[in-house]
Amino acid sequence: MKCEDMLRMLNDYVDQEIDPAVCDQFEAHLEDCNPCQVVVDTIRKTIKLYKEGEVYEIPIAFRDRLHQTLRERWLQKNDNKT
Amino acid sequence: MAASNAEKKPDKDAPWLARAKAGDFEAFEYLVNRHEKRLYAFAMHILRNREDAEDAVQSTFIKALEHLQDFREAAAFGTWLTRIAGNTALTFLRKRKNNPVSLNEATDENEEGFIPHPDFIADWSHDPAKKLEQDELQTILDGAIEALPEKHRLVFMLRDVVGMRIDETAKVLGISAANVKVRLLRARLALRETLTRRFGDEAKRIFQTHDHGTEQMDKTSAQLLLQSYQA
Repeated sequence: MKCEDMLRMLNDYVDQEIDPAVCDQFEAHLEDCNPCQVVVDTIRKTIKLYKEGEVYEIPIAFRDRLHQTLRERWLQKNDNKT
Repeated sequence: MAASNAEKKPDKDAPWLARAKAGDFEAFEYLVNRHEKRLYAFAMHILRNREDAEDAVQSTFIKALEHLQDFREAAAFGTWLTRIAGNTALTFLRKRKNNPVSLNEATDENEEGFIPHPDFIADWSHDPAKKLEQDELQTILDGAIEALPEKHRLVFMLRDVVGMRIDETAKVLGISAANVKVRLLRARLALRETLTRRFGDEAKRIFQTHDHGTEQMDKTSAQLLLQSYQA
């Protein structure tokens, strides 16, 4: 396996969706190829940073407005039915 | 995968959904409580603007309310909501732009063939989250993601940040799973490149002395890549 093949399989490897037979070849390549090891490692760190990084809290004022609007809509809808 | 296993389990929302369908607002509100935080974060990830995210979430729940009886429960209620939220947020995104970026695949046939080779390869010497103040880190992360083409950013957000499966991401964006995979790879590589330029330890930088053939993937390799995803 060459570095180009490693690039091609990178997503599947990182997502653990790689074919087990190909995975062995991939890991054999990684053992001998430091640049590819570092690329795999830093891709994983990149994904982890974004996954954990951005936390958006729902604003309380919006939440109250949302519930009020939905309650009104619900009543409207049920009024129309009757 | 965890997500697909989760879908096979009985839907926790089902009893509340049945009550809501029978006309019980409190049950519907319970479902809103259960999903609003997740959907707000989801909308923020796509729209990156508080007002738009609020509008998108409200619009999502109104659509769910209006179409509750049409929901046949083939998927989990949460999945159904996420699909509505995805479509709603993307509609907002397209409307927001005077010159909307096309998200369909017809336009990027040539571009998908080009996969940039990692250039700056260096281990990150310290844990960047500890090395920098959280705010500074966030600014760097934001800057890197903003610099991505929108279609790549969306795929990365939906797949890696929100945690949608490839097929769900494809469905929401209206593109093929093969294109999701190619865009995801491009997004991940681009972000890795930018962050490595920031966090990479220059002293430990690895210069590629081993044979990589061509610097970038040639057309044939790119075609093989697409074919392997489509197979």
